[in-house]
Amino acid sequence: MEPIIRADHVTFAYPGYDDQPPRPVLRGVSLEIQRGSMVAVLGHNGSGKSTLAKQFNAILLPQEGDVLVEGMNTKEEDRIYDIRQTVGMVFQNPDNQIVATIVEEDVAFAPENLGVPPEEIRRRVDDALKAVHMYDYRRHAPHQLSGGQKQRVAIAGIIAMRPDCIVLDEPTAMLDPHGRRQVMKAVKALGEQFGITVVLITHYMDEAAQCDRVVVIDDGRILLDGAPKEVFSHVQVLKDVGLDVPQATQLAFELRKAGYNIPQDIISEDECVAAIEKLLEENHVHH
Amino acid sequence: MLKDITIGQYFPGDSCVHRLDPRMKIVLTLAYVVMLFLAQDMWGLLVGVAFLIIAYGVSRIPAKMILKSLKPVVPIILFTALLNMFFIEGDTLWSWWIFKISREGVQTAVLMAVRIICLIAGTSLLTYTTSPIALTDGIERLMNPLKKLRFPVHELAMMMTIALRFIPTLIEETDKIMSAQKARGADLDNGGLMQRAKALIPILIPLFVSAFRRADELALAMECRCYRGGDGRTRLKQLRMHMVDFWGAAFVALCVAGVVAINLLVPR
Repeated sequence: MEPIIRADHVTFAYPGYDDQPPRPVLRGVSLEIQRGSMVAVLGHNGSGKSTLAKQFNAILLPQEGDVLVEGMNTKEEDRIYDIRQTVGMVFQNPDNQIVATIVEEDVAFAPENLGVPPEEIRRRVDDALKAVHMYDYRRHAPHQLSGGQKQRVAIAGIIAMRPDCIVLDEPTAMLDPHGRRQVMKAVKALGEQFGITVVLITHYMDEAAQCDRVVVIDDGRILLDGAPKEVFSHVQVLKDVGLDVPQATQLAFELRKAGYNIPQDIISEDECVAAIEKLLEENHVHH
Repeated sequence: MLKDITIGQYFPGDSCVHRLDPRMKIVLTLAYVVMLFLAQDMWGLLVGVAFLIIAYGVSRIPAKMILKSLKPVVPIILFTALLNMFFIEGDTLWSWWIFKISREGVQTAVLMAVRIICLIAGTSLLTYTTSPIALTDGIERLMNPLKKLRFPVHELAMMMTIALRFIPTLIEETDKIMSAQKARGADLDNGGLMQRAKALIPILIPLFVSAFRRADELALAMECRCYRGGDGRTRLKQLRMHMVDFWGAAFVALCVAGVVAINLLVPR
């Protein structure tokens, strides 16, 4: 099946200040995002992960290489609104992406821009707000909401555009643990209930572990790409580029280093508990 | 707390004045202003006062709100009243040195004061009973014909909406910056005017920097949601005229007609 987003040898550099040379951020990134998948893009600060995200809906254009969204090249200027409607984007700070003074009017912003008839806007707004469980707050002012609630409103604002893919650029970075959990629930529902392809830019390992594919970016290049279990088994590689692994993986890694026979592909706490129980039982038998 | 301030002067309620279409309310307010200037004598202005009493009564806005809205214009009212009193010629009531007060002067001064009070109270009723958002909507749609003259109607309305949206956010931020500067020993409450103005600089600079950063991010988010100006844009909320709007219009028309009739019939 044709991937929904295809990046082909994308190179990008921000212009340098004054006499500084341009600072290369992406150095030939090739990546395909499959329809209906949930992909995490991991990387530490300055790795180029946000820059890559902005390539996906023509906010930034590649200096070399191409990005194709449903076959449309992001460099085609007259397709720009089709591309942005196909790939929606949610940013880090929920305060700076809410436009209107009432929740439901903000969710209506994108369909209004697209010229959707009022009755259809009404339907889309209600559907989107119900999808993120914010329907009861539809008449609230944004500043009355918590960070997690605002971020869910921002996600609803993108859902109302009816995109095929949503790119979320560190949507939980500014939230408290409770807000993070709520937003992650909403993000997972996007794929499971609406079949929307999700690209989640994050530096939280436990969030990445919930996706079906993890892409690790370092210094503008793709370092690792695969299922979470596979990617997180490269504990040393990840540590070398300044990334952590989920705590359960870390524990298993340390135990292996200490000479215990424990599998390499542990990413969740449950798996870890089961493996350690098994280990204890085996040791018990031997003694 | 700074956070608790209300935006504008909106006084939420569910009276028929509140439920009037914002476009109709703006037009009716303008009609009321015109009526006040048409009124030439006591009887005409009495119609204006009666209108106010009825309108405020129906909308259940407490009368003390009128006083609140009048407070800032008291100097203007006094000033015009004094000017009228001293400079209009007529039967002299009282005189001292070069100052003279005439009967006509006192009459005009009282009429003028009543007119200004009605003007302020009447226009305040508009902002008391209409939320800022509804007001923006109404203004945008009323000014729609100006688009043909390339007047940026949509852009103005969008700017107003965004300003309203960000006022609470920026107030909250100001609060935070003030606390942060106080924690570092900034003295914001003491000293003379100059000193206090200077103490504001370390608050305003971070506030501006952050406001620009927010504006940048907001613009990006708006682009991501396919914003491209007002052309071809539809709206979730459609404004529609209801029965109450026609009754409101009829009532104001009756008052204006009353004033015109008084002007024509009462001999002068």
